[in-house]
Amino acid sequence: MTTIGDFMLGGHAACDDLFAQAENAAGDWPRAEGALGVFRDTLLEHIAMEEEVLFPAFEDESGAAQGGPSETMRAEHQQMRALLEQMADAARAHDERRYLGAADTLLMLMQQHNMKEESMMYPMIEAAAGTRADELIAQCRAIELRSAGTCTCSRHGAATA
Amino acid sequence: MGPRQLDLAQAPPISVPLRFFLTAPLFAIAAAGVVAFHGGAMFASRFMPATLAATHLLALGCLSMTMAGALMQIVPVLAGAPIARPRMIAGIVHPALTLGSLMLAAAFLAGAERLFVAAAVLLGVAFAVLIAAVVHAMLRARAKDRTARALHLAMAALGVTVVLGAGLGLRRVFGAALPIASLADLHPAWALFGWVGLLIAAVAERVVPMFQLTPAYPSWLVRRFGFAVLGGLLVWTVARQAAVPLIGDIAAGALAMLYVAFALVTLRLQRRRRRRRIDVNVLFWRLGMVLAIAAALAFATAATGVLPARAVLVVGVLAIVGAALSLVNGMLYRIVPFIAWFHLYTLAGASPGMPNVKDYLTESRQRAQFALHAAAVVLLVAALVLPDVAARIAALAFMTSALAWQANLVAIVRVYRQRARALASAQPAQG
Ligand SMILES: [Fe+2]
Ligand SMILES: [Fe+2]
Repeated sequence: MTTIGDFMLGGHAACDDLFAQAENAAGDWPRAEGALGVFRDTLLEHIAMEEEVLFPAFEDESGAAQGGPSETMRAEHQQMRALLEQMADAARAHDERRYLGAADTLLMLMQQHNMKEESMMYPMIEAAAGTRADELIAQCRAIELRSAGTCTCSRHGAATA
Repeated sequence: MGPRQLDLAQAPPISVPLRFFLTAPLFAIAAAGVVAFHGGAMFASRFMPATLAATHLLALGCLSMTMAGALMQIVPVLAGAPIARPRMIAGIVHPALTLGSLMLAAAFLAGAERLFVAAAVLLGVAFAVLIAAVVHAMLRARAKDRTARALHLAMAALGVTVVLGAGLGLRRVFGAALPIASLADLHPAWALFGWVGLLIAAVAERVVPMFQLTPAYPSWLVRRFGFAVLGGLLVWTVARQAAVPLIGDIAAGALAMLYVAFALVTLRLQRRRRRRRIDVNVLFWRLGMVLAIAAALAFATAATGVLPARAVLVVGVLAIVGAALSLVNGMLYRIVPFIAWFHLYTLAGASPGMPNVKDYLTESRQRAQFALHAAAVVLLVAALVLPDVAARIAALAFMTSALAWQANLVAIVRVYRQRARALASAQPAQG
């Protein structure tokens, strides 16, 4: 049986991998933009699972919305989105220094964020979800399929540009 | 209230860790000053007053100082346990540790009994409050994961180190006849292989895979390292006390092998890192790990008692300046810009032109200081062999490196302060 934590952990591991590919490609800009596109789509999809499925379920069950732990996590997601944008800007401008700087910042933020989720947030969500866990995982999987189906990802935009 | 009382926004105010981080290099400068002043004579044995002074300036004022600051910053994240009243804790620990370290060094240099007592009180307060704050945070958050366990063990080793140090002080000041034969060997071993080593290993196990994107440490090492090290130290301590040299030698060898294994695993993981770029941080890690291996082997050799008194000093130089200081020095180049970035972001959001973590300090300045540090380590080891020729040169190299380290950290903080001030003055105009 997959727990919510196990399922989401897989997302963190995938993001680590894709991040490394995007960072390593710095300087080789067509490849970097492609790799960054894949990384960005995967990270945003993971964040969507949390913000659209897991956090609301947690907030409903626990009654902890305002000022609660999920609010801090949402704020950090916002920071991560901003840094993804900075990376994309720098890649478009072929600015290696800015690209690597934004990448390094994003990695540090993302890793400490993921660690807090893995050690605290996901266990709390599991505790709050109880028997609804499988249903929540299914909803997360639907988000995965949704983005795979529509495929407006920048991977293709970047490849044709 | 949920199963765990939580606040995920746990970062302490920026002044809490920064005061520790900005003080640490000053003590490295002071230690280098002591070596420069006393020269080769202090390399005769580790019990020379100037040698004891320099060692404690580094171990307390520099290493323990950084570690106290790092604990305030990372316990909330690594163990999920926010430290209660961080300002108050830092407000006690930082001045007590600073003054206590200075007084202890002065006490060694001047041979002044009263200063020993004052230093012991201050250091006792500093470490008692630090240990209590960290342990309390972890118990309150009911943190039970591997990192929390490793931090508990490091705190226990720190406690033993402090008690053994206090015992040495009692013996010296009051001539107390303590029933412990080899305090002067036990105290530094618990300090370096217990407190400093266990804390570094606990942090490494989390941050190396996380920030360099390496595979995880093998689980046998993660689960057993802390207990095995403490067990080794305990067996070694009892064997020394009971005068059973064979068991003692075996325990010392096992301790050394544990650290060699940890360092080799770390080096191997870092070779398999997925981030391709080699930044300064990686260089500090490599140097620190190679020197940790050297320090562990030197310790195992020294523990058998075959080395002359002078050669035992090599353990201290390799472990303190070589391994621990390399890692601490490199780690601050990552932690300080990140907390500066994090606090600026919290103040301002992602305003355009906001510096990223690499904008705070150029890579070339970090590399230059790394080269200075590496040179200082080599020269200090050379000074053990040729004290009259190399001691003062080594001291100057070490001082230059520490000054550059301090200047680099100040430069990072200056960028932060300028930005924060600009934001503060912009805010009322908007509102
Ligand atoms: Fe998240
Ligand atoms: Fe996540």
